[in-house]
Amino acid sequence: MRRRALSALPAVALAVLLVGGWELYVDLAGLEPALLPAPHDIASALWNSGDLLLRNFRVTAEEVVLGLAVALLAGFALAVAIHLSPLFRRAFYPLAVGSQALPIPVIGVLLVFWWGFGILPKLAVIALICFFPVVVTTVDGLAAVDPDQLKLLRTLDASRWQAFRLGELPAAVPAALSGARIAIAVGVIGAFIAETTTPTSGPYPGLGREIITDVNFQMPRAYAGTAVLFLFAIACFYALSLAERKLAPWTTRPRGELH
Amino acid sequence: MPAQVRLRAQSPQREPASNDGVLLAGVTRIYRDDRGAAVQALAGVSLAVAHGEVLAVVGPSGCGKTTLLELICCLQAPDAGTIACAPAVLMPQRDLLLPWLSAAENAALALRVAGCSRSQARARASALFEELGLGGFEDARPQELSGGMRQRVAFLRTLLAGKPVLCLDEPFGALDAITRGEMQGWLSQTLARAPRTVVLVTHDVEEAIVLGDRIAVLSPRPGRVIEELEVDLPRPRARTDAEVGSLRERALLALGMAKRT
Repeated sequence: MRRRALSALPAVALAVLLVGGWELYVDLAGLEPALLPAPHDIASALWNSGDLLLRNFRVTAEEVVLGLAVALLAGFALAVAIHLSPLFRRAFYPLAVGSQALPIPVIGVLLVFWWGFGILPKLAVIALICFFPVVVTTVDGLAAVDPDQLKLLRTLDASRWQAFRLGELPAAVPAALSGARIAIAVGVIGAFIAETTTPTSGPYPGLGREIITDVNFQMPRAYAGTAVLFLFAIACFYALSLAERKLAPWTTRPRGELH
Repeated sequence: MPAQVRLRAQSPQREPASNDGVLLAGVTRIYRDDRGAAVQALAGVSLAVAHGEVLAVVGPSGCGKTTLLELICCLQAPDAGTIACAPAVLMPQRDLLLPWLSAAENAALALRVAGCSRSQARARASALFEELGLGGFEDARPQELSGGMRQRVAFLRTLLAGKPVLCLDEPFGALDAITRGEMQGWLSQTLARAPRTVVLVTHDVEEAIVLGDRIAVLSPRPGRVIEELEVDLPRPRARTDAEVGSLRERALLALGMAKRT
């Protein structure tokens, strides 16, 4: 525990340094809060609007977690399909690449028409933004399995399915997790885009909506909301690192070895 | 296209062997290298291995020994000639242990494929671990094992496949001299207890004599059989036996002549 706390020290030190410089810059340059609020303004906005931000954060957090789950599952399934079927690869891969160029507002209206003002259109947007890195890394991971290992499984009478389950699938897990890390890093901004392009009914539309509103009237609060999203993205990323030790234990060092 | 490479090589010339032996008649194999040039690996190889016999195949490197084993294991199809052979399992040169499985799970891979439960497969592998000096390492991951231990696990995996024919591709080549000697002794004992038909590819002529009932000497590429030597010596044999020495001279002579042609 103590070692983990120490390993966070460089990041904390750099953050303190940057925030200090920020505070000085705003002070010396005499910037208006509507242009760039000073860290102490943001901190007080965070304190005063804590309840509002928290309730909106809950909405956004749910979108991010569920949206990423959809993206990871869909990305993995599509990668397996691409790997197993050359025809599907040729048909689908170009479309998957193209889908990443899709400006979300173009389809926002349609998504709302289909699924209403709830969470579903948001999940669709997040999944669309996040599935692609999972597909690419998993496809490469599945193809990178040692062909001699597959040959060996064949001499042991493994069926195609068994060779896939015992050979290719585990071989692809580390690559799929790398894709998941990229997906998680963009998942939060994905939720922001989702909230700002597909309207929500209900009292708390999510942090993304809140921030867009605050940019015009309450810049310190917009920054406070941004800080929450910032920390949430980091938390999600490290949660995945923890899951990685369970999902691909053979890629980590043997226990007891020093770094 | 990898999907096509993975298809099991089907050959109309392949017949099931009536007993558990291996019979190759005039087998020729030509493959294309990375630049598309045709390379003839084997030219008219004819070999017969009787049930329970150990045939050692020696030859200069690149003479098609590995191709020969892959043909016997149905991983390739011959371009000419016929192969009649009981189900065979390959122990490749590299151990190819799966890093996501424990040592015992790797050894029991064939049992898992055949539908054994996880615990049953592990129990059968563990029983042999003690015997091979791997006791206590059942749950270790392959990357935690030494090279010699990995090779032994790979050997167990081959044995536990339960096939009548074993194709061993330089199985002890990566081991130190002492471990290699131990493994050879263990292999002899195991085969004495439960005979299998073995095709053993090796570059070590002494190993061929210590383990083989017969030795086939292959020429440089394209490989063909240039000499067959009976090893009519009592077991267990030691490298230091006088007869082993004289047989070694004959085998080396054949190999040396092969190199000159």
